[in-house]
Order: sequence, then structure tokens, then C-alpha cells
Amino acid sequence: MGREIIAAGLVNDTFIAQATDGFEEYRLAVEPYTLDYAERETGVPAALIREVAHAYADADRAMICWTLGITEHHNAVDNVLALINLSLLTGHVGRYGSGLNPLRGQNNVQGGGDMGALPDRLPGFQQVEDDALRAKFEEVWGKKIPPKRGWHLSGMFEAMERGELTTLYIIGENPAQSEADAAHALHLLKGLEHLVVQDIFLTATAEMADVVLPAAAGWCEAEGTVTNSERRVQRVRKALNPPGQARDDTTIICDLARQLGYDWGHPTAEDVWNEVRRLSANHAGMSYRRLEELGGIQWPCYDEHHAGSPFLHGRLWEEPVRGPRAPFLAVEHDPPVDRLDGVYPIRLTTGRRLDSYNTGVQSGGYRSPLRRGETLDLSPEDGGRYSINEGEHVRISSRRGSIVAPVRYDSSLRPGLAFMTLHFPDEVDTNQLTIDATDPKSGTAEFKATAIRIEKIEPIGGHLAAPLKDVRPAEQPD
Amino acid sequence: MTEASAVRFIELTIDGQSVRVPEGTTLLEACRGQGIATPTLCYLENLTPVNVCRVCVVELEGSRTLVPACSRRAETGMVVHTDSDRVRLSRRMVLEFLASSVDLSLAPAVGEYLRRYNAHPERLGPPAAGSERDFRPVGHHHQPDGTTAETVAQPVKVDNELYIRDYSRCILCYKCVEACGVDAQNTFAIAVAGRGFDARISTEFAVPLPESACVYCGNCIGVCPTGALMFSSEYELRQTGAWDEAKQAQTDTICPYCGVGCTLTLHVQDNQIVKVTSPLDHDVGHGHLCVKGRFGWQFVQNRTDPAKE
Repeated sequence: MGREIIAAGLVNDTFIAQATDGFEEYRLAVEPYTLDYAERETGVPAALIREVAHAYADADRAMICWTLGITEHHNAVDNVLALINLSLLTGHVGRYGSGLNPLRGQNNVQGGGDMGALPDRLPGFQQVEDDALRAKFEEVWGKKIPPKRGWHLSGMFEAMERGELTTLYIIGENPAQSEADAAHALHLLKGLEHLVVQDIFLTATAEMADVVLPAAAGWCEAEGTVTNSERRVQRVRKALNPPGQARDDTTIICDLARQLGYDWGHPTAEDVWNEVRRLSANHAGMSYRRLEELGGIQWPCYDEHHAGSPFLHGRLWEEPVRGPRAPFLAVEHDPPVDRLDGVYPIRLTTGRRLDSYNTGVQSGGYRSPLRRGETLDLSPEDGGRYSINEGEHVRISSRRGSIVAPVRYDSSLRPGLAFMTLHFPDEVDTNQLTIDATDPKSGTAEFKATAIRIEKIEPIGGHLAAPLKDVRPAEQPD
Repeated sequence: MTEASAVRFIELTIDGQSVRVPEGTTLLEACRGQGIATPTLCYLENLTPVNVCRVCVVELEGSRTLVPACSRRAETGMVVHTDSDRVRLSRRMVLEFLASSVDLSLAPAVGEYLRRYNAHPERLGPPAAGSERDFRPVGHHHQPDGTTAETVAQPVKVDNELYIRDYSRCILCYKCVEACGVDAQNTFAIAVAGRGFDARISTEFAVPLPESACVYCGNCIGVCPTGALMFSSEYELRQTGAWDEAKQAQTDTICPYCGVGCTLTLHVQDNQIVKVTSPLDHDVGHGHLCVKGRFGWQFVQNRTDPAKE
């Protein structure tokens, strides 16, 4: 698309000259990526790519929204950079109704990052390796903070493999079922010296734990805030009393701190939030009262008179540009790590279905009329090619594992592409197949691109030849 | 936003008062701005007006017919009467026809309207017994003999786990059709089938919901003004007599699923969520939800208390 926009003379010259760097290098880098090349590589018709490129470049306002189809690849960050380049090329950034919008998959994945649940950040996206920023937190917290970045999730699993990480305290995640190459992840979790799980369910991960801390559901049994895809901080409120001995996360963590010799008192969610406001300029203006009155506020919101920020990067349109210019960062095409070949000829991608969610610990709780259990979705053409009817069970194998699932036809899939979800790991553990090749910059695994083969299971005397259980191949090709 | 400041204002007369409103304002909005109570049934802030119920009609000088306030935009020089004899008679007739043929016991607004317009639906006779309406032959609606009031009474449709459809309570306001269609969900699982008194909301060929295009967003329930569409959880509690709104608290929180961040209003009775609504005036979702936000909350209630096992 970038090459076509340049070739067709649809670039926003004014914006590029005023606000960006590196256009010439980008132009040279995309030159080989003709429409014909892109069609050959992706299977998307050249005319269609051209149409989208022109529609995007010609629009008064245009926004690129994406989900994990961009980021769950071994070159996740490069994929995002490619999209950023398009927005710089056309000036579709930094203005109302334009921009780049990663649609978040969880109700607070944005807020988790905002609050410093990243290996290299403190609350408010402040760099942990910046001495001045760290000092600000150390002063308020009265304690030295390790000056080095930590591990992201994939890095933690690598550290477990090296024996450097021997204890884990997991809050509200189910890695025993959600990690790519599940058998390998499970092996590493089992090897830990000590595992603590704090969750609202006894998940598969919690069942492995030495200590389980029953938690209240953050969205309806506790007070607090979450932050959505558009950086809007909104209040969650307590509507129910949690069952049994389950308690909210703040109480559990403060009790744990007390056991370790630090008395943090009994802060309310609002007390904790006000500390965030003190330390993060982006959140300073968001009092509970204002969050209530305005129905949420989008950060940055610097003071109690600031209305919040519906979009970012408006500075790129100021003359002259305030702050650094936005760089084009050219990237090269790099196909998935798990290559297709004669043995594994089908590309499997994973995702969600409308009524279900991740490993199903939440969505499994209600009786959805849409739910049909896990299937391998194939194009009708592939169904014909492999002589597999809908509803028939097949063995699905990748270079890491093998599982059994029934087939369903989906005419929205093109031949050669198959689809499964991670919603029903107890019945069909799709992550036995996926590859844990990760993006070195983001640590995200390539859930979206696995090479598989499928084999029909011939019924013998009315029974399936193989049990419908997950079976690992005898030999593990690497 | 610069366009907003360029909006023109227009002047009209409502009930003898001179009124100034921004261009594009409907007569309903203008009336509400004046504190004039105007009944509505098929109108909702987050849907496109379809002006089918006719209960909001007002008299416009120079117009042959009464006009629906919900969709008619104010124009310069209009002279509008909202409480003339003609308006009152029309509203009364509409309310009597609806209330005589439909079970409106779960539409609290209607009771107040009936009193306000001195409407007596019972004068049209005791309600006739109902029957299955979906498969009546086209054009075979027989006129009643005058001793009973014809009704839309029919069996409740319970064909899935999440919500029921009790079309004995349906006034054909089209809100569910709009919410299922272009105003929110773009699923088009339901439409109005049949003509005249046989008209009814239906899936394609009246198939049960699980065989229809329904995606169970429940946005139809969110807009239904008469309780015809209802959470199964509410229906079951009502069946056993346990539904008790006096014991219910409503708490706004954020959906536990994706990153859109829709506001959920949890209706809680005895520490159990019994239904979920969403505020119409919230920027994020404008009152509309998906199947997970509307119905996916059960997981917090499936956790057993070990002390009570």
C-alpha cells in the first residue's frame, strides 16, 4: 500500500516535509513491493490492494484499527511500524477522526500498561531506567527501585528455562492454558520451586500452585478503574459481595506486604488512584469525582480543568513541530517462522468467536446458544480437496503437537487457511499446535501462524481409530 | 466542532410560547426543552425515529394531519399545539387501541398516559383469548363480534437460554427491529411480518431464535418498552414470584471482557445479578452491548463458597 500511495502521487507532501524524517529511505525500501509482488505473496488481488490504498490516502480522515492479527507474530513490532508508516505517508495521524488504534483485547490491558505492568515502565509509562523518573517514585515510596528493566512474559518463560526464575506470583492469568506451545509452558511451570496464584477461579494454573489466594472479581466485587482502547479511564464499582474468603486484590497485596514487614495501612481504591495521580502527569486531573461526572476521561489529563485527550500526536501538525519529528522506519517482509512445506501444507490462524473469550474461564460460565464447541474451520474448497465432510473428526498436527477436532466449513476462509480458537482448552488444546516463536521487541508469540497438516480419522466399527484426547507425537521434530 | 458553532437557530410557537431552538431540533426535543410532557412509546434517544406508535402526535397549524413530534423537525414559523382537543382525542384513541389489545402491565409509563388522557381501553370489551399467531394464513384475520376486544395474546416463546419473547406484550413499536438492524447491531435477525392486525415481529419464516441470524446481543431487550423481550433470569424469577424490584440495586461498572469498555448497569437482587442494562447517554456504547457484556456475567455467580458446600 505504501509503495502504491507513493507511486500514485497520493502522499501528503506538506505533512511529510513538516513533521517526519526518513521518507527517502522509506521510499527506496518499499520500491520493490509492487502490487503484483504483494498479490503473489499474500494472495490478496492487486486491484483490491490498490483500491484500499487509494481509499485510505484520498480520505479526509482515516483511521487504522487493528487487533492481534497484526501483533501476534514473530515480527509484531515491524507490522505495527508498517502501519505507522502508512499514517505518516498520508498525514492520517494527530487529528480528530484519524490515527492509529490498536483495539485492546481485554477491558484493562491498556490500564495494566499505563499502571506500569510492563518490564521497563513505572506508572504513567515512565521509564524505570531513567534515574530522575525513578527518583520521583523512590521519594514517594521511600524505597529504592531496581534500576534495570525486568522480563516480559516470554522473557520470564525463557528465564524459567535457564533456571533464573524459580518463583512466580501470578494474578489473574492462566498461562498453563494460554501460552503458545502449551506442553512446553506447562513443563516450565511444573519446574518452579514456588508458585502463587491469585485468581477468582481455580484455573488450570491455580491447580498447579503451592498457594492460591482467592480474589474478588475486579469488575463487580471491588472498586477501582479500568482503561479502554481509547485511553479512557472509567470506574468499576462493587455491585456484589465476593463469595467465601475471596478478597479484593488491594487487600490481599497489602496483607502480603504486612507479612513481609511493610505496613501500607488499609488504602481504598481511591487512595491508590490518588497516588497514581500524584506520580503520573497523564492522570493528574482524573479525580474520582470527575471520572464519575464525565463518564470517564481519556489520558493525558494534566489537571482538574483539563477535558482529557480524544486523540494524541496533535503536536505533529503544529508549525514548527513541537518535539521530535516522527520517523519513517522501513521494514521488510518476513514470513512466519513456522514454514509451510509438503508435510505441513496448511496455515492455521487462531482467534476468538463472538460469544467466547480467551481460554473460556469467564465465557464458559454462561449458556450461549451460539456455542458449538471447538472446530477446525476450513474453506469448503479444502474440505473437498481432503474429502472431509463437516462434522467429521480430523487429526491436526503441527511440528510441536497433535490434537483431534471436528471440521466445520467456513466460506469466509480462503483455501489453504484454517482457523481455530483457544476457548475450549480442556476439550481441544489448540496451543499444543502453536509456536512460541516470539517477537524480540514485544515478546509476543506467533499465535497467528502455525503450519499444520490434517488427516482424516477413519472410523473402525463405528468408533474413531484414535481417542479424542490430545496426543503428542512420539518424536518431537524441532 | 467548528460546524457546531455555525448552527442556525429557528423560531417557532409551541402552545402560544415563542421558542428558539437550533436547526435540526425535533418538535419532541423542543417540547421537552419547554418542559411540555409528551408521551412516547416507539421513540428512544439512541434509535432513529420510525414514528409508528403515533402517541406523540401534535397539531401543526396548516397541516391536514397531526404530525409525530418525535421525527418532525422544527421549522421557522411553525405554530404547534400539544394539548388541543384533537391531540388529546388522538392520543386517547391510540392508547385505548394499544391497551385493549396488548398486555401492557409491564409498561409502567402507559398507566400514567392512560390516566393523563382519560383513556378507558376496557370500554372496547373484555380481552379475547389468544392463540398462536405466527402461522395464520395471510388475510384470514376475522373481525371480532364486538363482545370482546381482539388481542395479540399468544404463547410466550422460550427457545433459548438467554432471553424470552412474550409477544402478547408487543405494541409493534419497531424498536427491536431498529436495534437489530442499522441503528445498532446490523444483524437483521427480526422484522415485522404480516399486515394489519396480523402484523408481528418475526424471525425469517418464524424459526426459533437458535436457527435464526440472532447473535444474542440483547440490544432488542435494552430498547423494548413493554417487557415483551426479557432476560430469562428475569422471566424465571417473575414466574416464581421472586422478582422484586424494591430489593434490587443498580450499579454501573465496566464490562469485564474486551477493550471497548462498555458501561454495564448491573441489576442485583439478593447478591445475584438478575439482568444487565447500559446507559443510553454514554459515549462508548450508547446503551448497546454484545452477547458477552449482556449475558456473559454468570461466571462470577458460578463460584461456590467452600464454607457452604
